[in-house]
Parts: sequence; structure tokens; C-alpha cells
Amino acid sequence: MTTAPLPTETAPAPASRPRNFTRWLSTTDHKDIGMMYLALGALFFLIGGVEVLMMRLQLARPGNTLLQATTYNEFFTLHGTTMIFLAVMPILLGFSNYLLPLQIGAKDMAFPRLNAFGFWLTAFGGVILYLSLLEGPPDAGWFAYAPLSERPFSSSLGTDFWAAALLMMGMGTTLTALNIIITTVRYRAVGMGLWKMPLFSWMVFVNSFIIAFALPSLSAALIMLEVDRALGGRFFQGGGSPVLWQHYFWLFGHPEVYIMVLPAWGIISEVIPVFSRKPIFGYKFVAGSTLAIAVLSFAVYAHHMFAVGFARPVNLAFAASTMLIAIPTGIKVTNWVATLWKGSIRLTVPMLYAIAFIVQFTFGGITGVSFAVLPIDWQLTDSYYVVAHFHYVLMGGTLFALLSGLHFYFPKMTGRMLSEGFGKIAFWMITLGFNGVFLVQHALGMMGMPRRVYTYPDLPGWGALNLFSTVSAFVLALGLVLTLINIVISWRLGRIAGDNPWGAWTLEWATTSPPPKGNFVRLPPVKSSRPLWDLAHPEDPDHQRPPRHDQQGHIRPEERNHER
Amino acid sequence: MLKQGPSLLLASAPAALPTLQPASPLAAPITTLTYVTLGLGLAIFALVTGLTFYFVWRYRHRGAEGEPPQIFGNARDEVVWMLMAGGILVFLFILTWITMNRIDPQAGQDGTPDVIVTGHQWFWEASYPRATNPAGLGVVSTAGEIHIPTGKKLLLEVGSADVIHDFWAPQLARKMDAIPGQGNRLWIQADKPGTYLGACSEFCGAQHAWMRFKVIAQTPQDFQAWLARQAQQAAPPPPAQAEALAGAALFVRQGCGECHTLRGVGARGTVGPDLTHFASRGIIAGGVLDNTPDNLRRWLHNPQAVKPGVRMPNYRLNDAQLRQLTAYLETLQ
Repeated sequence: MTTAPLPTETAPAPASRPRNFTRWLSTTDHKDIGMMYLALGALFFLIGGVEVLMMRLQLARPGNTLLQATTYNEFFTLHGTTMIFLAVMPILLGFSNYLLPLQIGAKDMAFPRLNAFGFWLTAFGGVILYLSLLEGPPDAGWFAYAPLSERPFSSSLGTDFWAAALLMMGMGTTLTALNIIITTVRYRAVGMGLWKMPLFSWMVFVNSFIIAFALPSLSAALIMLEVDRALGGRFFQGGGSPVLWQHYFWLFGHPEVYIMVLPAWGIISEVIPVFSRKPIFGYKFVAGSTLAIAVLSFAVYAHHMFAVGFARPVNLAFAASTMLIAIPTGIKVTNWVATLWKGSIRLTVPMLYAIAFIVQFTFGGITGVSFAVLPIDWQLTDSYYVVAHFHYVLMGGTLFALLSGLHFYFPKMTGRMLSEGFGKIAFWMITLGFNGVFLVQHALGMMGMPRRVYTYPDLPGWGALNLFSTVSAFVLALGLVLTLINIVISWRLGRIAGDNPWGAWTLEWATTSPPPKGNFVRLPPVKSSRPLWDLAHPEDPDHQRPPRHDQQGHIRPEERNHER
Repeated sequence: MLKQGPSLLLASAPAALPTLQPASPLAAPITTLTYVTLGLGLAIFALVTGLTFYFVWRYRHRGAEGEPPQIFGNARDEVVWMLMAGGILVFLFILTWITMNRIDPQAGQDGTPDVIVTGHQWFWEASYPRATNPAGLGVVSTAGEIHIPTGKKLLLEVGSADVIHDFWAPQLARKMDAIPGQGNRLWIQADKPGTYLGACSEFCGAQHAWMRFKVIAQTPQDFQAWLARQAQQAAPPPPAQAEALAGAALFVRQGCGECHTLRGVGARGTVGPDLTHFASRGIIAGGVLDNTPDNLRRWLHNPQAVKPGVRMPNYRLNDAQLRQLTAYLETLQ
């Protein structure tokens, strides 16, 4: 593999940072904040994972009595809220914070202290959510449909803690998103036009706009809910409209799905080219489709509400917009697959996760289209089929992308390589476990099993499929524990990575691993979206290739003879 | 663990895959659409996955030096993919529209519905606004079971007494949310007599899991007979049944009528199910138990142990009282 010949005289040893713990409380360095986001996300992922294992145990057989009904409801409320707001989003923001300034050649975020503030708001939001355990945790679901979430039906303070936590986390996330937007607009390296940005940065940039526009809708809804609960208001109850809550919630909630998946797509768009040893196929289409998705994500939200009794034109409009958003999503998938074509594919652990991502995400996308086919939604919404669908998108998709990113960027963040052998064993356990858990849940939904039930009657097949799902969940959990062990051991004992262990082409690989404070000693010139390729191949830089997309691309004679 | 005894009303085993085994011209088009959509989807999935695996295998690194051809893309291919995807989606959208018109016709939604289904935490109430009893008083109201005549398209109004529920009888109709303050309407029809399972499909609190119901489709004659019987008021137990008579007195003394309606007895509560013809039903409390004397005794002994969180408190009845109340309720045919 080619590595860029860059000055490395200031490379610090991986463990040479000050070991003073209080440093983490006051740090404003984007890399430190990124690491703290990742740690926060990992911690809450663990908590949310334990919660779901308890739920799966309860569902292992019909009529099980391990958890009480209300306890089960508290568990799935906390599981949903934790995984979305405290695990997936912090991990995505962690990657964004760590990588975006590096990828665009900046020294730090535009507002480092605001960045730290955003992180601590999110962290305190998490603390508040779990402080509700003292008072009785929320049990109205992460979606908290009114009037179930109103005082007469949820009398404990759990829902109030939940609302306060979400308000705080939402504020933190919004501040970080604004910071990302301004950083991207103002602090790109000289020569890096928007259409030359690495794809991860592209998607994180666009994603920040979605965050900035979607979260206010949630915040508004939460404040109205609190007015109802604490001040006797009537927004969603007692003459108000329960369906209004759903409009506000899903106007946030569906863009939220894309918030959780766009940075994951960004990671995949970085990993696949590097391990195919080719540029991404159709860069402008992959980046541009992100814009289409950002706009459309606000136009599809009511497909969560097809059963509330809308008039026919409303239903049809949202069915059409939902089908429409499948097109830019499909463009991404086809371009990832096309990037593999005629490549020279290295099956490293990050690449394995990326390939599993393509397969699983496509499956989740296809079951997603089946909900846009509205009568199918009238049959299967709020059944286990939905549970299976969105876990294929958010776990088979996003989580696998995050694991891919973890294995890909771990050397950059720590200076050491993760064990490939260990990683491959964990990969297969996670992949088999994941598909075992959720594939059968499609069938359970079709068999008529509603979601969010703490138990179920002993109908033919229900017990067996649920048991299979539960056993698979433990295989999946074991795979994740192996990954954690891999991280802990490799952090101390892993092979030294060097600046650019994967032979990648974007700026974050031009500096040391981990990067020094201020990130770069000297930036290479940026003339294309692959500055390190240009540096390593001065005879044939990207920016001197003809700017056209003909049948073959522009291919040098030696590439044409590349022996496979 | 709760044992489900065999139900007397269960004509045949429940369908294993109710969403794919429709028993109604209003559900069958959804099944067809599901097969078409999933068939197309799985074909696309097979194509994407097949190409992915083929490329990974065909173009795997086999020790070659240097880099492979640097192909940056092809705008024409991108447009072709977009148009193909667009074509498939337009096809699906047209199918969607046609199917919606077939299973959810909107004409005639102004009249009186045939059945009003109301979701409560946590049972389903069904009332029949078109039915009157011989005395012209009251309406027919039942719980947990919705009786319908076969071969006729019926208009259902779905509402809620508290939080949002969702009416889901997969073999017979589309699903529809039950929203407080909003009467949603849908059509339902069963081709053949039989028992069809249904459940609440929207999370509605502690006992969402036990908010199940059965739709019992009967021939029009059987249905009319059922309706006529249901329209009658509760009959006092025959004098020979001392235990049942004592139970009737206990029902009044314990204040059961504060929450339950018993037409003809003066009990008018609306928190719990109407019990006027309780003994004619197959299930108790949203399907948590089948309606047998033993199960009923167990339920009355401590409802909170059988269905934690249910609105019915534990009245701490002694064994004799349990026998009496059970005997009484069993007479309410």
C-alpha cells in the first residue's frame, strides 16, 4: 500500500499525553471531545443493551413472568430513548467531532468551548434520564404518544425527567450541529471546495442541517407536553388533539432516522473505496443524493401515522414522498456496489462490516418501501415486522457502519491497530447474532404479533421464533463483548499503526496517529477529493484526469493491465 | 404462567399467518399487494446482494502489485438506475392507490355505523347502535368479542375511552387507530363463519399485551339470534340456584355496578365491560384467560395477580363469596 511521504518528525508516542484525569473535564480539543462522545455513547450502548437483553429474556417464552408488565414498559422506553439519544447520536457526533476537522484540514472546530458545552449538555441529559430511576422511570415509550404520556395516564415523574433529558440533549446536539456547519463552511483547507470534501464530511455537514431543523420540533412538542403535565394545559388532551403530538413528534422523528443514518453512510463511503483501492463511484451522485434526502426527510414524516385515519389525499401524498426518498437512498447503495466493481478488494474487518452493512441495509430499505405501499402499512404497522425493519436499518445499517468506522479509525485515534483475528471472530458472531434476532421478527409480525407487548399468547410458532430471537441476542451480545475486549487489549498492546495504515487518501491520514494538538504540522496541497493519492501519484493526480464520466472512466495503461 | 384452555367458541385453529391468510375481500387485496411488493423487493435484494458477493469474490485482492483501474463513475449509469427505481416505484404507487380504493372505500361513511368499537384500558367494547331490545331500551354492548354476520360489508366506527389504541383484525380488514375524541371508520367483512383473532396494535399502557379480541363471524341467521339474545336484559337467576342468588346480592353489595353495566339490574358503570351477557363470551379481560368457571374464580380472587395494573381492584372475596359470584355470573347467558 502507498503511504504519503509527509513530515512525521513531531510524531508523539501514542501514550505520551498527560494522564491527569481532570484534563477531560476542561478540554476543548475536538479530538478529546470526540473521544468523550464515543465513550459516552459506548457506556449508554452497554446500558441499553443490558435493558434489551432483559426484554428478550422476558419474551423468550409465552407467559413468562421474569419482568412485570410495567417494568417491561419502562425497559423498552429507556431502551429506545437510550439507544437513539444516548448511544447512536453521541457515537455519531463523536466520529463527526473527531474526524470532520481532520478531514477538512482544520485545527479544531469553529467554537471549541461551545463544542465542549454541547457535549456536557448531552452527558447531563443522560444523567437526568437515569435519575428518573429514583422516581419511577418513564414508561410511555420513547415516542410518548399523548394522551398516554399525559398526567392522568402517566402519573409518575418519569415522563417529566424524560422530557427534561430530551430537551437538554436536544440543545446540546443542536449546538454541535451549528458548530459543524460553521466549521465546514469557514475552516476547510485551502483548495478544498465543497465538492472536494471527503464524503463523511459531506454527510455530516448535511446532517447538521437536518439536526438544526428537526430538533426544534421535538423541543416544542416537549415544552407543550410539559405545559399539559405541569400546568394543566390542553395541547394534547382534554379537548386538545392527541394526533397533534404525533405530527410534532414525527416531524422530528423521521428526520431523526436520517440523522442516525447519514454519518453512518459517510463512514461506509470512506471505507469501501479505501479497501477496494478505487475512488467512490459517482462521487457527485453520492454526495448530491444526500441533499435530496435531507429535504425529503421532512416531507415523509406522516408515514408513521398511516393508521390515524387521515383523508385519502394526505395518505397518498405521504406514500408518494416516502417512495420518492427510496431513489436517493438507492443511488447510494448502487454506487457502493459499483465501487467494488473492478476493485482490488481487501477483506479487512472494517470492510467486512461495510459489506454486511450493504446487505443488511438494503434488506431494511426494502422492507421500508413495503411500508410506503400503504395498505401493507395498514396491516403491519406496530407489529414485530416494524421492529425487524427498523433494526435492520439502525442496527444492521448504522451500528454495522459504526463498527466499521471503529475498526477503520481506531488506529488513527489511538496509534495502534485492533487485532484482525479477534475482530473477525467478533464480526461473525455479531452478524449471525443480529440476523438471528431480527430476521425471524419479520415472520412474527406477519403472524400477528403486535410490538411493545410484555408477553404474548401461546399461538403456534410464536414461542419457538421468540426463543430463537432471544438466543441469537446473546450470541450478538457476546460478539460485542469480544469487540470491547479487543479494544481494551489493543489500546495497550496493539501493533503500532503509523500515520496511514490503510493507505487511505483523505487528509486525516496525512497527520500522525493520534494527531497532535492543532492536528497538522503541514498540510499537503488539496486539489481533488483525494489529496494523498495526488501526493503519492504525482505522475497522475486526480485533478488532471479528464472531468468526464465516460464508459470506462479515464484509465492509465498500467491500471488497465492490473493483474487480478 | 397463564395457561390458555381450549376455547369453546374456537371453530377452527387460528390462522398461523393471519396477514397472509385473509378471510375477507377487504383483506385479500392487501395480501396480494404484499406478495407483489415483497416479491419485487426480494428480487432487488437478491440482485444487490448477488452483485456485492460476486464483486467481492471476483475482484478480491490476489497479491497484484499497484492499484486497480481508478474508475470515477458514469453519469449515464446513474440516470439509468434512477429511472429504473422510479419506474418500479410508480408501478407500486399505482397498485397502492388501486388497493386502497378496494379495501377502504370511502363512500357511505356518513350513516350510522353497524358496530361501534371502543378501546378501553384494556379491553375492547363492541356496541351495536342499529340494534334495539324488545323494550326499546338501551343498546347491545359486549366486550372482547365482536360478532358480525358473514357476507356483508359492515361499517365499523373505532373510538377510544382513554388513550390511543389500535384495532387490528388482520384477516378481515385494515387496521385503524382508536383515538379519543375521534371516530375513525373502516369497513370489515368476513366471508365464512369462524373465529378470527385480533389485538390492540398501539401501545396503550401497562396491559397493552392483554388487549386482544376475537371477531366471531356468524351466518346472518345465527347473528340475528345472537343479537336478539344480547338485546335482552339480564335475567335474575332461577330460584333453585341459591348460590347464584347469593351472588346476585353480593354483586349489588360490593358495588360492582359502579364500574360494570348490568342491563335490567340498575348497574350502569362504564369503566369495565358490560356484563349483561357475560357467560356467553369466550374470553375474560382482553384474552388473558378463557371464560371458564375455574378461570373466573381465579380472576375474581385477585385480578391484579392475573393482569397486573388492570383497573379492577382486588376485593378480597372469601371462597364462599367467590363461588357465589362465579355462579351468578355464569347464569348471565
